[in-house]
Amino acid sequence: MKRFDVIEHTADTGIVAYGADLKEAFANAAYAMFSLMADLECVEEKVCRQIEVEADDRESLVVSWLNELLYLLDVERIVFRRFNVVELSDTSLKAEGWGERLDATRHNLKSGIKAATYHMLRVAKDSRQHSIRVIFDV
Amino acid sequence: MARWEGPLNKIGEYRWEIPKSYKQGMRVPGLIYASEEMLGSIREEQAADQVANVAFLPGIVGRSLAMPDIHWGYGFPIGGVAATRVDDGVVSPGGVGYDINCGVRLLRTNLHESEVRPRLEKLLSELFINVPSGLGSTGKIRVGKREMEEILTQGARWAVKRGFGAKEDLEVSEEEGCLKGADPDKVSTRAKERGTPQSGTLGSGNHFIEVEVVREIYEPAAAGVMGIDEVGQVLLLIHTGSRGLGHQVCDDYVRTLRDAMRRYDIEVPDRELACAPVQSPEGRDYMAAMACAANYAWANRQCIAHWARECFVRVFGKSLRDIGLEMVYDVAHNIAKVESYEVEGRKLKLCVHRKGATRAFPVGHPDVPSKYKQIGQPVLIPGDMGRYSFVAVGTEGAIRESFGSVCHGAGRTKSRHAARKGVRDADVAMELASRGILAKAASRGGLAEEASEAYKDVAEVVEVCHRAGLCRKVLKTYPMGVIKG
Repeated sequence: MKRFDVIEHTADTGIVAYGADLKEAFANAAYAMFSLMADLECVEEKVCRQIEVEADDRESLVVSWLNELLYLLDVERIVFRRFNVVELSDTSLKAEGWGERLDATRHNLKSGIKAATYHMLRVAKDSRQHSIRVIFDV
Repeated sequence: MARWEGPLNKIGEYRWEIPKSYKQGMRVPGLIYASEEMLGSIREEQAADQVANVAFLPGIVGRSLAMPDIHWGYGFPIGGVAATRVDDGVVSPGGVGYDINCGVRLLRTNLHESEVRPRLEKLLSELFINVPSGLGSTGKIRVGKREMEEILTQGARWAVKRGFGAKEDLEVSEEEGCLKGADPDKVSTRAKERGTPQSGTLGSGNHFIEVEVVREIYEPAAAGVMGIDEVGQVLLLIHTGSRGLGHQVCDDYVRTLRDAMRRYDIEVPDRELACAPVQSPEGRDYMAAMACAANYAWANRQCIAHWARECFVRVFGKSLRDIGLEMVYDVAHNIAKVESYEVEGRKLKLCVHRKGATRAFPVGHPDVPSKYKQIGQPVLIPGDMGRYSFVAVGTEGAIRESFGSVCHGAGRTKSRHAARKGVRDADVAMELASRGILAKAASRGGLAEEASEAYKDVAEVVEVCHRAGLCRKVLKTYPMGVIKG
């Protein structure tokens, strides 16, 4: 199954991430975000972080989750490449993320993402799969 | 993306109004500054709808404005200007954006193109090495907790105190490089953590350092006051903002104000327009935190300018005095400011949101530095890296109708993803080199994303502002060398 699509947005970049369940869609949204910033094929799984976020509703949870990962990228310099969403409700998420410290010489870094925004944010489900649409400020 | 089919009524040369009747809930009409030719591309996306959405903000006065570099953003359009009453209006972090005080700084030199050309490659390499750029780059300055507080409250002044640049730099910067009302206690620990390793870094995306050459001078007297006397003179332009610190401040307060909105019974059509009364505790806290992020950005541009000066000294083997490199000006183009304007015959204190728009104060305005009192505040309008940039000055027209604001750049027409498709950085670099422009990028895809084809022609954007009377063109520059973050 396709993990995500990139969508066009003039000033910024967006993605639609897919999953057989919502947990998988959340994991794929995070994977999509990091794949916009680095070549994840070159990133190894050397460190693991437990991540917990809360929000008012499911859409806000997407923004909180992705912005938490951007915070970890800035502060701990971790580029994540794999995610396992362990617990998920409408207002909270527990996950594990694997990756390694950012290395400009190996990771083929692209433009950074400033933030995940609430603009055009959508969490949806059709007969086949769950999807999450989010626009990033690049 | 669907075309926008809403009403755009011509109400004057280069002025297109979105009437209040377009959407129920608009408190004022919208107004887009554009030429007739630009309307087609403006309608291709939903930016005009965002102009209408901004008109919902409580306390908004005049019109919800958009400059000719308008393009689709989140919440506000890029190129958006909205003024709300400080007394009973709101402030919206979305009207500033995630990159608080993203802005531009221009320096002039005594060097002529003919001297710089032979050493351009060396100069770019030096700049590339000495100004940290790209995703995850960390600064050369080690900043402790107390020092971070100083950055947040003093802005560029902190940098000058640390030996980065001269006192004179501060005199020719918007707000003298330090926005008042900054309170570091209103900035989250997370924001400070993100900002600490990134002080003195360019970042990525559309941020750049550009060595450019004066191509055309329209107003020699005004250019002369800026220290720019002839075609062929070399200038230096720096474009960056408040890095992760600003992004986190915005994210924190969009969330806080979203909760606050329910308490104040405010409804807006887009979550990114989350807002709170300027005078509420939440609104004040945001203003205090935003000022901190703005100061962080001014300190950032001050440090980068200092390192750039060092690079010039090394490469040209001359003293800084001989090279020149004095600051022309520094402007913020993502910011909210409290300013006074006359609205319907009454003097009002307003919170002016500029989201991808530049302040443009005229001759004699009290906030214009004494050096520029006779010509007006310099307005710096960078174009894309393959074409040209402009320097203009503010006018009375901007005070009368656009809350002292004008455009900030070219405005994108193509998404980054579309720009990158089938285009290699190496090809872009080669095409630029064939026209005498050297480009170096820290990020893969960085050159392709920022290629000229992805942008509107900044000359058309500036022409509209000039003819609409919002600013006066002073000079045009051409790029020689570009460092992309």
